[in-house]
Amino acid sequence: ESCPSIKNILLLDSEGNRVAVKYYSDEWPNNSVKEAFEKSLFTKTQKTNARTEAEIAMFESHIIVYKFVQDLHFFVTGAENENELILVTVLQGFFDAVGLLLRGTVDKKEALENLDLILLCLDEIVDGGIILETDANVIAGKVASHSIDAAAPLSEQTISQALATAREHLSRSLLK
Amino acid sequence: MVYVIIKELSPSADEVIIVTSSLMKDMTSKTDMYRANAIRVLCQITDGTLLTQIERYLKQAIVDKNPVVASAALVSGIHLLQTNPEIVKRWSNEVQEAVQSRAALVQFHALALLHQIRQNDRLAVNKLVSSLTRGSVRSPLAQCLLIRYTSQVIRESASNTQTGDRPFYDFLEGCLRHKAEMVIFEAARAITELNGVTSRELTPAITVLQLFLSSTKPVLRFAAVRTLNKVAMTHPIAVTNCNIDMESLISDQNRSIATLAITTLLKTGNESSVDRLMKQITTFMSDIADEFKIVVIEAIRSLCLKFPLKHRSLMNFLSNILREEGGFEYKKAIVDSIVILIRDIPEAKESGLLHLCEFIEDCEFTYLSTQILHFLGIEGPKTSDPSKYIRYIYNRVHLENATVRAGAVSTLAKFGAMVDSLKPRIFVLLRRCLFDTDDEVRDRATLYLNTLGADGTVEDMKEFLFGSLDIPLVNLERSLKNYEPSEESFDINSVPKEVKIQPLAEKKAPGKKPTGLGGPPPNPPSTIDAYEKLLSSIPEFANFGKLFKSSAPVELTEAETEYAVNVVKHIFDGHVVFQYNCTNTIPEQLLENVTVIVDASEAEEFAEVASKPLRSLPYDSPGQTFVAFEKPEGVPAVGKFSNMLRFIVKEVDPSTGEAEDDGVEDEYQLEELEVVAADYMLKVGVSNFRNAWESMGPDCERVDEYDLGPRENLAEAVNAVINLLGMQPCEGTEVVPSNSRSHTCLLSGVYIGNVKVLVRLQFGIDGPKDVAMKLAVRSEDEAVSDAIHEIVASG
Repeated sequence: ESCPSIKNILLLDSEGNRVAVKYYSDEWPNNSVKEAFEKSLFTKTQKTNARTEAEIAMFESHIIVYKFVQDLHFFVTGAENENELILVTVLQGFFDAVGLLLRGTVDKKEALENLDLILLCLDEIVDGGIILETDANVIAGKVASHSIDAAAPLSEQTISQALATAREHLSRSLLK
Repeated sequence: MVYVIIKELSPSADEVIIVTSSLMKDMTSKTDMYRANAIRVLCQITDGTLLTQIERYLKQAIVDKNPVVASAALVSGIHLLQTNPEIVKRWSNEVQEAVQSRAALVQFHALALLHQIRQNDRLAVNKLVSSLTRGSVRSPLAQCLLIRYTSQVIRESASNTQTGDRPFYDFLEGCLRHKAEMVIFEAARAITELNGVTSRELTPAITVLQLFLSSTKPVLRFAAVRTLNKVAMTHPIAVTNCNIDMESLISDQNRSIATLAITTLLKTGNESSVDRLMKQITTFMSDIADEFKIVVIEAIRSLCLKFPLKHRSLMNFLSNILREEGGFEYKKAIVDSIVILIRDIPEAKESGLLHLCEFIEDCEFTYLSTQILHFLGIEGPKTSDPSKYIRYIYNRVHLENATVRAGAVSTLAKFGAMVDSLKPRIFVLLRRCLFDTDDEVRDRATLYLNTLGADGTVEDMKEFLFGSLDIPLVNLERSLKNYEPSEESFDINSVPKEVKIQPLAEKKAPGKKPTGLGGPPPNPPSTIDAYEKLLSSIPEFANFGKLFKSSAPVELTEAETEYAVNVVKHIFDGHVVFQYNCTNTIPEQLLENVTVIVDASEAEEFAEVASKPLRSLPYDSPGQTFVAFEKPEGVPAVGKFSNMLRFIVKEVDPSTGEAEDDGVEDEYQLEELEVVAADYMLKVGVSNFRNAWESMGPDCERVDEYDLGPRENLAEAVNAVINLLGMQPCEGTEVVPSNSRSHTCLLSGVYIGNVKVLVRLQFGIDGPKDVAMKLAVRSEDEAVSDAIHEIVASG
């Protein structure tokens, strides 16, 4: 009971549709319940301005901290009696790590193109509700080392990395 | 990435040997990332046996130099603790080592795991906490954990607050000055949540929280306001310093923060600030959503109850917001608050009632209008000038929909009934209502005109019209459903007044046999209705009339016998039916033609008239057989009956379940059964004994004194008499306070023939445990009162 635990992390777009979500609690047993939760949460926070500072709200007896950037909405949910500042630290870690991984352009298109990175990122932050890491640099580092295996040949990398590597090769050859 | 997918799919370990073995290889690979992830995945899909195989690797991983690997192992350990605690507990040495690690998060995870392992050992937790509070904790998360564990220790280390400071309080206070905000906040929160915390201990925490109130970050403000709100409930004075900061929060962008600020201010406000607060809140209310508004209303209500002198301004405030736009829940909350204020603050009554009247002129919610009208009917006549309200009420009769009109008619009638001076005018108004378009309104108007206009004792009539119905509606509905139209009219007194909590399924099947273990048969699920249905379905018993009472089952065999039998006594006017519930506990036997031979030689007034045998009684399936006796009508005959179970027993082959063709007759002796006077008494309680006693009148009263002889104690004597009479104790008088020398017990019941009986017993205990009792009986029939005394005299 004492260990700070996260109930879910959500990444929604500017209309409330899912980009990437991960639930760590059994309170939402099936997908329709989850989607209903996401929709109502989105509607409630839509009108607030959470771009400069993280905002906070109580919703259905949970505490939600959230932050918006461009057309993406980041949410972290915790229990009613959770330390709100811990939740905010997790939110900030997620937010900054995504920023690092998407190389600065944090919007929906980039996020969808790099969905694998986002999912890995979520995996590295919280494991089964327990906080694994909150430092954005460390998180981004772990994700990067996951996806790009230094010695693996081109065929084993995922498509996006292959493209990225190809792009780098191209740009290097152009600059030569 | 593959790791993430495997975790999502979460197969069970035995399904995916290939996956697990490759994961195990990964666990020992050189790349740390693979090791860490492999550990996490394996631990999620593992089971006990696999776990023992990889345990060695996990233990190594916990103390691995690479923090990622160590964290992975530790976190997996925390998860595994839920399913395989013994295995994880074996790692406590390694975990202890990990707690000393230099890597920040490893310490955090190790601390969490160690605490979970040692959770039940208070001493171990205590040691853990003491060593770490003196040592250095590297990550803010670990520090927060430590604060939480410290508060747990403080909570559990009894209440030694007389001896100066609590243990570890200094540590908590020190944390208030930590670098990381989350630690500061956690420490402040922990301090405010200490048991019986004093103002002195609170002060540093509150100062810190006050600083947060003015932070730029909404999260900090929210956290601080929420905590202060909680503190304000128990220590409002400690929070008053923050009032200025909180007042500025009322206009905060974040509405949750604003609402919390307002409610805290409402709790900590003192009388002088109430007016100022009210002004600020009025502007605030229009901004916030309904759900927040309800929270504020409730805070205002408690404020008003705290400062009754301010009721005027608060009442004005409430009625103003009542007039504005708002949803049903919101208005209901406001109306409820006004009603509570009227009830608790007598000076507010007049103005409150007027406010409510003005509200119903304009209210769009029928439910609220009817509630208010009903309330007016109760409170209005008690005020100094009830006629004021008549106009408002009568207007409802003209202007509103049918439901409200009906409610208004009832209210008018109440006024007429309670206030004699208004009666003639009310009559005029009610006569006009006779021409209404709606049935209900006309019916009510006619009813009231006739009853109020007639001569009759005022009290009776009021009781009839406006008294509360004692009977739970569920029971009434059930009885009405069972009532078949016949010559006899429906008797409302026959509706049982107790609410019997019965699972719905059981009621539907009086004949179904519930399965159970061999042993005392589970009672066929019973209410009076189930028995009635059962008995009326048996043609021999169908014409016995109405079932008066069914007793509780009485065991006729001891536990663990071959055949378990209990009996239920059903009492009718001129008959008694014994229902024997039998269970056969021998798997190799099948009983057929089961009957009970009853010897009524010691019960002269009874004559056997019918019996219904049980065709077949297989193993473990309870069945019923019946024997009916005739007795003189209306007479509470008593007697003893001895019983013998007679049947044909057939051997059953346990493997095939088939019985032989031939059987042997056999008999089985059961215990005796008695019909006593208490069987003729229904336990029916009354809610107001005094009223019932007064209304019964002394004509059929019998009083007598008895000496009960030496008894263990007063309680035992009281219980004995209650059981003897079989009546229902009222108003909790069956409980005898220990060490009392005297006690009055009030009983009520209904005797056979539907005669209401009330009994007042006065007990006194003399020196050497001699109990004397004075019995006063009132009933509707002299003979019954005499009978009661008979029972006691012979009992």
